Amino acid sequence: MNYRPYRFSFAIIAVTAIAAIFVSPQLFDAHYKFRPWKLGLDLVGGSHLVYEIDMKDVPAADRDSVAEGLRDVIEKRVNLFGVSEPQVYRAQSGESSRLVVELAGIKDTKKAIEQIGATPSLYFAKKVEFETDKGEKIPAHQQTALTGRYIKGAQLSFDPTTNTPQISLTFNDEGAKMFGELTGELVGKPLAIFLDDKLISEPIVQEKITGGQAQITGRFTIKEAKEMVARFNAGALPAPITLISQQTVGASLGTDSLQKTLYAGLIGMALVMAFMLLYYRGAGVVAGFALVIYVVLTLAVFKLFGITMTLSGITGFILSIGMAVDANVLIFERSKEERLKGAAPETALEEGFRRAWPSVRDSNITSIITAFVLYYVTTGFVKGFALTLLLGVIMSMFSAITVSRALLRSLTVKS
Amino acid sequence: MYDIIGKKYLFLGISAILFIAAVASMGTYGFKEGIDFAGGTSWQVRITENPSAEAVGEALKEKFGLQEVIAIPEPTTKSIILRLPELDEAMHADYRATLEKEFGAVEELSYEVIGPAVGNELRQKALWAFLGVLIAISLYIAFAFRHVSRPISSWKYGFVTLATLFHDAVIPLGLVAYLGHTQGVEVNTNIVVAILVIIGFSVHDTIVVFDRIRENIRFEKSSSFSFTALVNRSMNQTMIRSINTSLTLILTLAALLLFGSANLFYFVLTILVGVVIGTYSSIFVASPLLVLWNRR
Repeated sequence: MNYRPYRFSFAIIAVTAIAAIFVSPQLFDAHYKFRPWKLGLDLVGGSHLVYEIDMKDVPAADRDSVAEGLRDVIEKRVNLFGVSEPQVYRAQSGESSRLVVELAGIKDTKKAIEQIGATPSLYFAKKVEFETDKGEKIPAHQQTALTGRYIKGAQLSFDPTTNTPQISLTFNDEGAKMFGELTGELVGKPLAIFLDDKLISEPIVQEKITGGQAQITGRFTIKEAKEMVARFNAGALPAPITLISQQTVGASLGTDSLQKTLYAGLIGMALVMAFMLLYYRGAGVVAGFALVIYVVLTLAVFKLFGITMTLSGITGFILSIGMAVDANVLIFERSKEERLKGAAPETALEEGFRRAWPSVRDSNITSIITAFVLYYVTTGFVKGFALTLLLGVIMSMFSAITVSRALLRSLTVKS
Repeated sequence: MYDIIGKKYLFLGISAILFIAAVASMGTYGFKEGIDFAGGTSWQVRITENPSAEAVGEALKEKFGLQEVIAIPEPTTKSIILRLPELDEAMHADYRATLEKEFGAVEELSYEVIGPAVGNELRQKALWAFLGVLIAISLYIAFAFRHVSRPISSWKYGFVTLATLFHDAVIPLGLVAYLGHTQGVEVNTNIVVAILVIIGFSVHDTIVVFDRIRENIRFEKSSSFSFTALVNRSMNQTMIRSINTSLTLILTLAALLLFGSANLFYFVLTILVGVVIGTYSSIFVASPLLVLWNRR
């Protein structure tokens, strides 16, 4: 026999040991930070928002670039929230263009939704007098056509005399023209500036301003001023969007579910191992050992590829533990049969592997078909289930055929 | 050796009764659609004062003039799950404010809104996934058994697989419809995934039996053997392993059901029932159907 089962078994065990350290380095060093687990929104808490882009007024040829531009603007806005690794990606569904925003660990979803959807709502207003039914004259503000849409960029600066923060706005060409006309009309009169419907300053216009530059000095802190500048620079949304679905999970629910599911998974695994041990004795011990190797290697693959672990993903993986020993069951039963026919242990083992293979192959291929269909038709959290199931099936085929065969060969040759 | 084929009408009869009961349950009760299909809002809240679910439901119903508010207590997290019409963010804030005013501090464990357009889409996708998996697996079986043509052709194996899998999907769906009526269990994406997992797993045992039939036919020297006897022998040879492979999955499912997260209880239960039915059908339905078809 030129094949060396000992050496192969030893290699597998060594690889598994390394994988185990990689999967759970915290067992050895609590502060280890290399490639941490990626946990899904349903486990760490967070929001999954789906927006529909209104492409009604966008010519067909421009739709792609508008959607891309929109994604960029929203990504810039989302980056301001300070959540770790926010995700903004496009999704197409039939005729409709969508944008998906994922914010892990966000505390205030309401505010995030407001800021994502907000046009930086800045507008300039004139002071007018408004006459009531009783003939009283009430001063009021009348919004002009000049709004945040015409702003090209913004900068934070400081008033040289008072040293208070101020925002310098640069208008685009159209905005500069409008601003020039507006200031020309209002010389000697107040020009009000509203941000998010709040009056932030109302300076008296000294002269017509034609350069397309304006300064806003208001009573805001440096932090507020910085936020506003960032919002102006992120720009306006190139097409209107509507929130069509949202899923928000609080962190406490996620932690609770994760603990329970992991606990259930461990119990399930122990039960499967106990069953294999009781029913198949010596071979069952090997199957149990191969199962541990399967679990460790599969988790290492999940971690290595940076697969996001969701609750449904973990559940899919736990189900795959129950299926992973199936190939072993088929092989052991087959070997048993061969032994009853009078074959030597080694021959019985080889025959078992050889003749159980077609059914192991066919059943795994059907599982792969199922996982593929699931992956392509589902969205969001459920996709994780399909992915872990798929990888689990592939890994289990490897562990049942290669790993347990090598281990069993090493043991049989010895006896 | 058990004479399973000899009692085929008994086993097929049991299956037929379960199948008809499931279809009747779906026909009578219909499905309660979850928000991912029907659209709407699902809101899980924990309130410090711990009021009853009914009180919370009534308060919202009264304040916002709603037709019906479904409020289900969730004891393991001491929270309440509310089913509401589709809300926007402003309304969400109003609802929350109302609860805080009536009952005190509110902690939102989860909040999910799905618009009707997305719901329709997900519903369609679910249906396609179901049909896609059924057909793809059946085609694969017909392909995998392509060299087996006597005494019955390979596409018949595929067709019997299709019928068996359909049977395995319908019975748990009937249970879900019944639970929908009695426990308020909803059909959502999770349940669809559960059904697909059942189909994907149930076919394993069918493959084991068919594979044995395939192998035994190959070793049959004479051209005039009894197909019925061969099938019966194949079933007896593989029964223990069919049961054992399912048993390992049943053990993990039982652990998930008893110790796992409450959110996935009905998901796991559906798979568990489906796996049991699937094991039964691959032994007592698939092969008898094959024999019946051959006899015609």
